[in-house]
Amino acid sequence: MQTSSYILSLAIWVPIVVGVLVLFLYRDEQKSAARWVALIGSLMGLAVTLPLWVWFDNGTAAMQFVQKASWIARYNIHYALGVDGISMLFILLNSFTTVLVIIAAWQVINEKVSQYLAAFLIMSGLINGVFAATDAILFYLFFEAMLIPMFLIIGVWGGPRRVYAAVKFFLYTLLGSLLMLAALIYLYNVTNGSFDIVDFQRVPLGLTAQTLIFFAFFASFAVKVPMWPVHTWLPDAHVEAPTGGSVVLAAITLKIGAYGFLRFNLPIAPDASQALSGFMIALSLIAVIYIGLVALAQSDMKKLVAYSSISHMGFVTLGFFIFNTQGVEGGLVQMISHGFISAAMFLSIGVLYDRVHSREISAYGGVVNTMPKFAFFAVFFAMANSGLPGTSGFVGEFMVILGAMKVNFWYAFAAATTLILGAAYTLWMVKRVIFGDIANENVRALVDLNAREMVMLTALALLVLLMGVYPQPFTEVMHVSVDALLKHVALGKLN
Amino acid sequence: MTLAEVNLSIAGPELFLLGMTFVIMLVDLFGDENKRAGRLYYGTLLTLALVAVYVFVIAAATPRFAFNNMFVADQMSTILKVSLLIGVGVLLVYSRGYLQTRKLFTGEFVLLMLFATLGMMVMVSANHFISLYLGLEILALSTYTMVALNRDSATSTEAAMKYFILGALASGMLLYGMSMIYGATGSLDVSIIAKTIELSRANDPLITFGLVFVVSGLAFKLGVVPFHMWVPDVYEGAPTPMAMFIGSASKIAAFGFLVRILGDALAGASNDWQGMLVILAVASLAVGNIIAIAQTNIKRMLAYSTISHMGFLLLGILAGTKSGYAASMFYIVTYALTSLGAFGIILLLSREGFEADKIDDLKGLNQRSPWVAFMMMVIMFSMAGIPPFVGFFAKLSVLEAVLNVGYTWLVVYAVMMSVIGAYYYLRIVKLMYMDDPVDTTPIVAGRVMRATLTVNTLTVLLLGLLPGAGLMGLCLAAIQRSL
Repeated sequence: MQTSSYILSLAIWVPIVVGVLVLFLYRDEQKSAARWVALIGSLMGLAVTLPLWVWFDNGTAAMQFVQKASWIARYNIHYALGVDGISMLFILLNSFTTVLVIIAAWQVINEKVSQYLAAFLIMSGLINGVFAATDAILFYLFFEAMLIPMFLIIGVWGGPRRVYAAVKFFLYTLLGSLLMLAALIYLYNVTNGSFDIVDFQRVPLGLTAQTLIFFAFFASFAVKVPMWPVHTWLPDAHVEAPTGGSVVLAAITLKIGAYGFLRFNLPIAPDASQALSGFMIALSLIAVIYIGLVALAQSDMKKLVAYSSISHMGFVTLGFFIFNTQGVEGGLVQMISHGFISAAMFLSIGVLYDRVHSREISAYGGVVNTMPKFAFFAVFFAMANSGLPGTSGFVGEFMVILGAMKVNFWYAFAAATTLILGAAYTLWMVKRVIFGDIANENVRALVDLNAREMVMLTALALLVLLMGVYPQPFTEVMHVSVDALLKHVALGKLN
Repeated sequence: MTLAEVNLSIAGPELFLLGMTFVIMLVDLFGDENKRAGRLYYGTLLTLALVAVYVFVIAAATPRFAFNNMFVADQMSTILKVSLLIGVGVLLVYSRGYLQTRKLFTGEFVLLMLFATLGMMVMVSANHFISLYLGLEILALSTYTMVALNRDSATSTEAAMKYFILGALASGMLLYGMSMIYGATGSLDVSIIAKTIELSRANDPLITFGLVFVVSGLAFKLGVVPFHMWVPDVYEGAPTPMAMFIGSASKIAAFGFLVRILGDALAGASNDWQGMLVILAVASLAVGNIIAIAQTNIKRMLAYSTISHMGFLLLGILAGTKSGYAASMFYIVTYALTSLGAFGIILLLSREGFEADKIDDLKGLNQRSPWVAFMMMVIMFSMAGIPPFVGFFAKLSVLEAVLNVGYTWLVVYAVMMSVIGAYYYLRIVKLMYMDDPVDTTPIVAGRVMRATLTVNTLTVLLLGLLPGAGLMGLCLAAIQRSL
């Protein structure tokens, strides 16, 4: 597409502008105005991203909806946006999740409402920017700026240990990203003064340089994913964040790490990626199995889902580093599916938490007796989380296992244990929380889902089901881009 | 030498400032007490504005010399002068209320500030070791006195004493180093020294020896480790506006000074001073960032933060390239801007009998005033180098310059130190947003001050979104045309 498109700019700036507007409604009596403005803003944000889906050309691996303007001429930095089959879906996912998060906060957040909603809207725009940027510095700008609203969301509206979690989250991710910045400046020098990601991908590099660059990016993205052993910030952040924060963290920000691997590590350092694939696969499998076992031992629902996220993201990175189409596409499908399912899981936990104010599994039992509608959704999402065929959870996992099988039987075998482990920790939690006799007075007093919660969970359930039954529209979008990427990686940069 | 050869018009703004200073000094003698303060305030602001316009109007693309090459007006000096004049003006706006409630807004303060400004302007425009030294001393003597302005305060006096003694020592060292360079090259003229060194004397031990003293003296003035001991005490002890002055406008002048001596006069000996600056920068980044964590007084914290920022500034200079100097120039101008904002907020929160200089005084600021808290947050994140604020682009350009000359390890080291630094800036944000206020007195501040602070903060954000729109390219062009 040669002409300049403004759709991506709209996807970035509409939520940010509305967020700033909401921020100015900060007086307490204007709560409901702030909520409505935020909801309309998030819906507008979603609406402007829909053309991406409709007009997307599945037949090319090139960037689409491109917009490019000189931004900082001194360093040849451009305001350059564009999406390909790898990034496009995440912009939609993010804009959709933002709507959910705004709805989820409706009756729950009553303090500093406008600041809370504004933080989410601004973050939504920044995250769209991360996925849309094709200039490395622009990417970095969005990547870092995103930390600020997240830091505030966790730290201001979070649970009891919120401050510790927020600071840990911020510093952990900052350390990684600053190393990435060093690598970006290095690449800028190597390419004779360009920050264009495509130039980075083309420039020939020796294996040593590639390895160093790989680790610099790894430091940044592995923390974000998070991969074992740099995952320890995630359970803290997840547990302490308010429901909306957990949803965005799990559904979107984790995906940024995995996306970074595909956009930077693989194409910029292809030979190093291949040389280090064993290392990456080992870390991924440790995440899948070990973290799966850790999840089994949790007594806190949010922590359990947090560990489950790490385990599922291990699947994603495994898929990426086996270098075949099923693996990479499976990883991408898994990312989107996990975006839906983890959002649903955290929203469900939020539903219970809002009523009982406890995240402990032991505080519940027999919820099905008082909340049958909720129980239906909870069981459904739990099934999806453990990869039941017919749900989106199954598709991605199956593709990755299939891809791994082509490379090495034992990779596939180890990865497949997740089907057992995932089912074990999720269903066991469901059994203890949902089924059985009514455990205490709190549970007896529970009120079933209201219309607002119904809307959120139904929307997610439909998407999970749709993607599980008919995943083709999703894979079609990414197919050409993934193939082009894999060809590029196979070719390498050394000769 | 005839008057035409002296070329007075090049130094017009400085002479005009000097004249206006005398006028203000005289005006201060007349009229009744109440009217005087207002007259001083507006008179000074008007003077600064006129001087800035004057500097701007006579600016030319190529360097022009006056006073037999002792004084130069080039693009670098123009940008630095305009920035520091704006800085001093903003400083006056911020500190008026503070000084008036403490009965310190007197003719002495205004005059000293104007003399200090004159000194800074001479510093950035000097092309001769004598005029450099002259400018430096005008600035230094005025600053010592301003720090001691609050005569009844013991900490203030102590800070001034410490500053004076160490500053005098540093001046001595600088002068000693300059005399050795004079001995080796036979001249005090920056251009002639540069030529001589380049032609024949690059490896002269006398120059290397002189260089050690010059760099030590400069390091003292900049306050970089291991010559930093005075910085935290002076910041804490001095009345807040004076600390603000030392941390913003005077740093711009110090940068000009540094570039004139190292980047211009001693450019031929860059192999020697590069190594020295590496040590100073590495130590400053470590000490500044790590010790700042332990501070409970926000002025002390900002002092250590300044030390680490000066370390970053040295990184750009030690690259020894034009893009390095330009990066450092961008860094110092934007740093001064952010630093003004930070001190401005401390001044905004202070009131009679309350200095607002404890870090805990910022607790729960978001509940007291969301806008002030937001502004402080922007400033803190900018200082930490988080995009999209200007501090990030300042760091980016410095790191790019350093990496360009092959100091990869130094870049990695600097970013590691930035993460440590991020912690204490983050702590301020945490206190403002995540804690409950201990002090719930309503924040009262003049409309002008609020507006200026808002503009200041928005500039930090705007320069972050559009750094290429002006300043960044301007700095590069200025350095290219001036050196």
